[in-house]
Amino acid sequence: MSDAALDAPPSAAAPGAGRRRRRRLRADTLTLAGSGLALIVLLGLAAPVIAPHDPNAVNMLARIAPPVWMDGGTWTHPLGTDQIGRDLLSRCLYGIRTSFGVAALGLLFSAVLGIGLGLLAGLGGRWIDRAAMTVTDVFITLPNLLLLLCGIALLGTEIWVLVVMIGFVKWEGYARIVRGEALKLREAGYVEASRALGGSALWIARRHILPNLASPLVVMLTLSFPGVLLMEAGLSFLGVGVQPPTASLGRMIGDGRDYLVNGWWLSGMPSLVIVAITLLFQIVGDALRDRVDVRGDG
Amino acid sequence: MARFLGWRLLRALATMLLVLLIAFATLRYSGEPFDRMFPHGVTVEHQAALERKWGLDQPFWAQFAAYLRGLAVGDFGRSLFTGERVWAMYAERMPATLAVGSLALLLAIAIGIPLGALSALYRGAAGERAAMGVAFLGYAVPHFVIGIGLILWLGYYARALPTTGLATPAHYVLPVITLAIPMIAGLARFMRAAMLDAIAQDYAVTAESKGLAPGRIARVHILRNAMTPLISVLGLEVAGLINGSIFVEAVFSLPGVGRILVGAVEDRDFAVLQFGVIAYAGLVVAINLVVDCLYVAADPRVRLEQDA
Repeated sequence: MSDAALDAPPSAAAPGAGRRRRRRLRADTLTLAGSGLALIVLLGLAAPVIAPHDPNAVNMLARIAPPVWMDGGTWTHPLGTDQIGRDLLSRCLYGIRTSFGVAALGLLFSAVLGIGLGLLAGLGGRWIDRAAMTVTDVFITLPNLLLLLCGIALLGTEIWVLVVMIGFVKWEGYARIVRGEALKLREAGYVEASRALGGSALWIARRHILPNLASPLVVMLTLSFPGVLLMEAGLSFLGVGVQPPTASLGRMIGDGRDYLVNGWWLSGMPSLVIVAITLLFQIVGDALRDRVDVRGDG
Repeated sequence: MARFLGWRLLRALATMLLVLLIAFATLRYSGEPFDRMFPHGVTVEHQAALERKWGLDQPFWAQFAAYLRGLAVGDFGRSLFTGERVWAMYAERMPATLAVGSLALLLAIAIGIPLGALSALYRGAAGERAAMGVAFLGYAVPHFVIGIGLILWLGYYARALPTTGLATPAHYVLPVITLAIPMIAGLARFMRAAMLDAIAQDYAVTAESKGLAPGRIARVHILRNAMTPLISVLGLEVAGLINGSIFVEAVFSLPGVGRILVGAVEDRDFAVLQFGVIAYAGLVVAINLVVDCLYVAADPRVRLEQDA
């Protein structure tokens, strides 16, 4: 899973001339990519209404049917069917639901965990800060995938385990950024004034620190979303993530591997969906980061 | 400098100790080993005798100490299922993983770094835009999708290359490329950004205004300064390679370590899993340590900062 930390923000802004044109172009890209993403999310949300078939309905008479534009394809199954005759379009739509659902919940959990620990470290005094940062440092050294695999081996392959484990491996970025801001802001005049007036740490966190962090946090969430989505997809691809019969894009790619010779679309269709999602997210995230200028980290 | 490295070494040791603790706790508190070993049940006396024999009646820390003593002499336990020695299982699979991983690393460095450097020097050219567009794509697409795409294109459609196992040198081509592509993209993107940073610095502008040849500026002033942050990125990339190899091995059915790990998760074979965790984490910790040392050697400023 690639790290967004690797690309530093582009510095050295283009001098004068083409600048405005470039900015317009960037705004257009952002709108376009954002709309594309919104469309995909809508498709996933509307899956129960628009899916032409039950995603788990088996039809052994229509196994590995090709998509509509190939020889032998029909409009009954626009994207074809899989190895046991399930409709691929329906499964992709439901797969989007699963992937976005797991990723969004996992990310939410990690953000809550990270923000909480970050605030604790930033506002809780020197020793708490030291302890929290040591834990964070050690945690960063451990490969995410390994932690995920251990958690799954220990707790099983239910969806809530995926959500919790994803939250558990992704919190440190949020903890760092929140702690940094908290350390900086607690010296600020208005925070000191608030404290002098008897504001509790919780009040200060809610009233003064988190609002200042809103935009970098949003950028960070956007930037880390594709990575988290790929965690679910990857684990499902390996067979230890979302379990059948629940439709999952990663699982579909993994299961379709054995049928590449006579049905590339079994793996191909969900692959295209995943590539579209991650690319669009990457574009939106990059554009947002250029505006807010925050370093995302994976 | 000694103090800086001493700190880093201490932290690496602390990390490893924590990893071992996690691995041991996972192993110790995962399900009921007796149910696993004796699916038909076991008498209370027999179980008590075995617990005494294996030291399971000892307190947690005593067991942990015994576990560490075992590791120190190379005793990593046996698989809960096959009874095979865990160490032997991994040793058998290690060569495949190392071969594919190191080839991919070399390939990525050989292509990614020059690509990024050139694209920074020729910023805005049509070829540069195309290259960075492709890099963007390679950066966002996961290993398993790249691998399946390559199998379809070069394996089945063009029938140019074999797609499973590692029987001949030709078998290495697709897995190595698959593993290298995201890394090439990442390195190129990073190198480009670092070069652009260096180009905008005062010393580069000075060098240009005093009339140095562009080639010399690029080599001496820009490239050198852009290389330093690259060290830590390479460390990250190697850690990423470890993740990627698990997927690449699954896609191409390679006889590597990643397959053991995934199998161990499926079987919930914690004895096998814990070794993988220790080995992978150890590798990452070691890489970080090496990166820190290289960093200090390459950039005296780091040394001064840390000693101050």
